[in-house]
Amino acid sequence: MRNRFFAGLLAAALVDPDVVLITADLGYGAVTEFATARPAQFVNAGVAEQNMAGLAAGMAMAGARVFTYSIANFPTLRCLEQIRNDICYHRADVTVVAVGGGLAYGALGMSHHATEDLAIMRALPGMAVAAPGDPMEVSAVLSDLLAAGGPAYLRLGKTGEPTVHQPGLELARGESVALRSGGEIALFTTGAILPNAIRAADLLADHGIHADVRSFPWVDPLDVPAVQDAAGRYATIVTVEEHSIVGGLGSAVAEVLAEMPAAAPLLRIALPAEAHSVVGDQEFLRAAHELDPEAISRRVRTHLEAKRGLARPIR
Amino acid sequence: MNRPLQHVSVATARAVRAHVLRMTHSGRSSHVGSALSCADILAVLHTDVLELDPEHPDWPDRDRFVMSKGHAGAALYAVLAERGFFDPAVLHRHYQNGSYLSGHVSHVGVPGVEVSTGSLGHGLPIGAGLAWRARQTGRSWRTYVLLGDGECDEGSVWESALFAAHHELANLVAIVDYNGLQSLGTTEETLRLEPFAAKWRAFGWQVTEIDGHDHAALAKALAVPRSAEPGRPRCVLAHTVKGKGVSFMENEVLWHYRPPDDAELSRALAEVSA
Repeated sequence: MRNRFFAGLLAAALVDPDVVLITADLGYGAVTEFATARPAQFVNAGVAEQNMAGLAAGMAMAGARVFTYSIANFPTLRCLEQIRNDICYHRADVTVVAVGGGLAYGALGMSHHATEDLAIMRALPGMAVAAPGDPMEVSAVLSDLLAAGGPAYLRLGKTGEPTVHQPGLELARGESVALRSGGEIALFTTGAILPNAIRAADLLADHGIHADVRSFPWVDPLDVPAVQDAAGRYATIVTVEEHSIVGGLGSAVAEVLAEMPAAAPLLRIALPAEAHSVVGDQEFLRAAHELDPEAISRRVRTHLEAKRGLARPIR
Repeated sequence: MNRPLQHVSVATARAVRAHVLRMTHSGRSSHVGSALSCADILAVLHTDVLELDPEHPDWPDRDRFVMSKGHAGAALYAVLAERGFFDPAVLHRHYQNGSYLSGHVSHVGVPGVEVSTGSLGHGLPIGAGLAWRARQTGRSWRTYVLLGDGECDEGSVWESALFAAHHELANLVAIVDYNGLQSLGTTEETLRLEPFAAKWRAFGWQVTEIDGHDHAALAKALAVPRSAEPGRPRCVLAHTVKGKGVSFMENEVLWHYRPPDDAELSRALAEVSA
């Protein structure tokens, strides 16, 4: 994802001198090509995220189209008020980019677990929030960010995520994308956990449960029509995200469903709302928090068995 | 320097002080002392320094001014009205229900306001971004940022101080309204800034210390060439008196909070008009 992002950003910067990349001294190896190819459009702000966010706002007020970059919580939470007041309130064309969303930097410890970012960025006025699920979604989201501008937040995974979609994927801002259809339940997911949701759907099929999968590269604006349509179509909606259960995709979907007169039951699969002291690589931590495909499948089956005979029986 | 121009800036400062007193009185709003402290700085900026076009607030080559000490918003609104960005008659809407003229500076609905502020430590990073962008695009407009002295407790001020010096943003001017008082007491007893000029110099800035109520000194210190050439950014330490112009408000922390009542307004207006 990270490489796809930088390739796309550089391609844009080569034809648009207003595109500016600011890093807060991170991106070893990743920012080099951009910095070398377009030195006049690149700034290393140093280890100073508040200044980075303010700089970005100032540059954007004078016509630049700015991308700020760092890892985990540094470009978001460390300078949250600058994002709120300087970027959002001024509707500055700034996209805040974080690499290592979720538990991608799992072994680095709690400081590097970006597990509340979607909730917090989503709460900011005027902030679009994107968490692409594969490199193709990164390209599609980046195209929109370059065309329509910020304020926006872009949560990336790290590197090496599998490609799920076919090349050429195009998405309007706020548009979700269906990967499977015709099932009786729906798995909604956002971000780099997408392949686990697909694999969980495979496992559910082995148990005779046909699950559609829909990826939400945009958490804000949310694809409300897709959620509303699903509310009357499926026996259950399941959200899957590598994010705290507070305030992320599951919450956004719940907000839509709660205002409908009748809607499918919702199961939110996410990280517990706590700091994670036990470290490990991303796959280890996903499994430890029941976000691996087997656990997702198991949690969905347990939920369906508990609901069976209550709301809407499946089969 | 230019005597007629100073005559104009002195008259502007007098008008700004009177507006500020009426606004804080009718709005029952805080920070009258902060606004009086920087009235001369704002008046000189707007009469002698900033190249702006009130008829075209978005003129691309205008100088940029960032009021980082956003709590003195009344003074900025007043000087913008005096400059002709909008009718001074609307100033009475400051702090009122349904008004855009908030206590802290907001750009929405207020022509001439470049940047919204109110949380301290935001203005200099934004100013550095503006100045960097002017340089990047080869434009000669300048960026001025007015900071409070207490505001310089904020770490973000020093992040951007490092940045501006490293990138040689000679088109950036930081003015510190150095009245020596912050929320609960003096800057010296709260979080010592001195040796303040030496700190800015150590960060790579060119520092001028002046009397922040001396219009000729202000005009001279703030006269920075319009140029995109690199060089040291400039810091003007403007020694001021909080509450300047109203004897019973001067150097009193109380007037960071209290609005003048009817009798105090009359006395204060008489003093600033004298």
